[in-house]
Amino acid sequence: MYGGGNTFEGIKPDALAGEDPIKLAEFEAKIDRGEKIEPTDWMPQLYRKQLIRMIEQHGHSEIIGALPEGTWITRAPGFKRKMSLMAKVQDEVGHAQLLYSAAETLGKSREQMIDDLINGKSKYSNIFNYPTFTWADCCFISWLVDAGAIVNQLANAKGSYGPYCRALDRICAEESFHLKYGHHCVIYLAAGTLKQRQMFQEALNRWWPPMMHFFGPSDKISVHTEVLMKWKVKMGSNDDMRNQFLDMYVPKIKELGFTIPDPKLKKNTDTGRWEYTEPDWEEFKRVINGDGPCNKERLEVRRIAEERGKWVREALRAPKAQYVTPLA
Amino acid sequence: MDQQALKELLYKMADDQLIMGHRNSEWTGFGPLLEEDIAFSSMAQDKIGHSLAMYNMLQELGEQDPDTVAFTRNANQFHNCQLTELPNGEYDFSLIRHFLFDTAEAIRFEMLTQSSYEPLAQVAAKIRGELRYHTMHAQTWIKQLGSATEESISRLQKSLEYALPFSLGIFERSPFEDKLIADRIFEGEAALEKKWKAKVEELIGQTQLRLPSWESLTPVVGGREGKHTEHLQPLLDEMSEVFKIDPTAEW
Repeated sequence: MYGGGNTFEGIKPDALAGEDPIKLAEFEAKIDRGEKIEPTDWMPQLYRKQLIRMIEQHGHSEIIGALPEGTWITRAPGFKRKMSLMAKVQDEVGHAQLLYSAAETLGKSREQMIDDLINGKSKYSNIFNYPTFTWADCCFISWLVDAGAIVNQLANAKGSYGPYCRALDRICAEESFHLKYGHHCVIYLAAGTLKQRQMFQEALNRWWPPMMHFFGPSDKISVHTEVLMKWKVKMGSNDDMRNQFLDMYVPKIKELGFTIPDPKLKKNTDTGRWEYTEPDWEEFKRVINGDGPCNKERLEVRRIAEERGKWVREALRAPKAQYVTPLA
Repeated sequence: MDQQALKELLYKMADDQLIMGHRNSEWTGFGPLLEEDIAFSSMAQDKIGHSLAMYNMLQELGEQDPDTVAFTRNANQFHNCQLTELPNGEYDFSLIRHFLFDTAEAIRFEMLTQSSYEPLAQVAAKIRGELRYHTMHAQTWIKQLGSATEESISRLQKSLEYALPFSLGIFERSPFEDKLIADRIFEGEAALEKKWKAKVEELIGQTQLRLPSWESLTPVVGGREGKHTEHLQPLLDEMSEVFKIDPTAEW
């Protein structure tokens, strides 16, 4: 799953002041030709900084995102679900590993990134600051949050930074299985008992507002990121991504007989765009700045895990420790 | 062939694997390194898969379906050894338990590839292959942490001393021991225990950890006949929380 709607900072007018104009022109020409930028290539500082920020946020979203679903592994109903959910959440943690490696190629270590996550300096997807009360909440994430993530990630996989794109190709392949798994879980709830259908309807009611937030603030209020679009760091506008998601999934949700909790939601056939109740962007800001229902809990779990694992990491660094070749 | 003896063997192995897998899965999101989250999660998936293979075999022998068997019994109907149900604690305990349990598990399934009960011998060959990675993982870490820093060595030592009496409970003798051996279904817990002790001595000997004398330890038994610590029932309640909302529903 992925933290969509990256929070980019506004670009200052003098952000490129110190860059060599010839190198910058070559760099931009390369991106225009559709070639990838590799770790040893020249790149403007701004490009490096924004990419680290974006890939790091994505990595954090994977490990934090493993928590709300991970808590249902021990409660998944039956062997089939238990085994699939374990594999799915394991994939997510694996994605974090891939992404941190991609970000490391830009010069920031995994330790620094995790420190910045814990001290609140870097962000992760807002949606994981909401609680999973029931099994159906977990199914919502597996299906629809992952679906949103795929919309974002398929776009980003066409970006300009080679290591990130290659990581995303692998991630998207795995995510497509998550989507099938999540959809399958929801189909069983939809076709199940009254109680099961109610469970999912309630989850949908709870998760719809954060799902609309998932793609980030409306283009009307987003900071200007033209240069990031030009450099293929940001691959689509937040509203475009949201629209694409609604196009693909509103019919599927309705097909299963569920009601989306937004009476204004409808597609404008003239413009081809979805109309909906404007999401509460004040809430979005409040949650992303640390005041959501689960922010403290999520970071606390991560902090405790880091603290409890410290002796293990130190033991690996101990000079007298030898790397033991496994006896295959 | 004595079906009752065979079922007893399958149940205790399946229950061990299910509970161990469940505990391993609790590391998801909490490991000391991302790589360890992933490793414990892989092993958890394998263990749960192994238990499912055993429960499937039991169903063939006339027992209820795997979901019903796994998700609706109470603690006193489970036959896992108590070692598997203990809470994960810190990473040192989880690692030591994993090492002690999987060393036994690998030898057990090696032995079972020779079982006269053909379906079991076949599954054992597959499981043996997967367990090779579990023991490789345990050994790599035991050697590394068992010789690294003062803290890592002392943590592992303490956990080893705590876990050893429980680990001897893996080999609690079954009332059907002689029948299993006579029917050549399984060579028996005593033979397994002997091989396990030799392997544990060899591997601990490659670290700075000290192994207490076997005679000084009192095995913690009872798990095989449904006697458990206070930790098992809450684990089962959690595991079946959603399933029991409506056991007739399909999820």
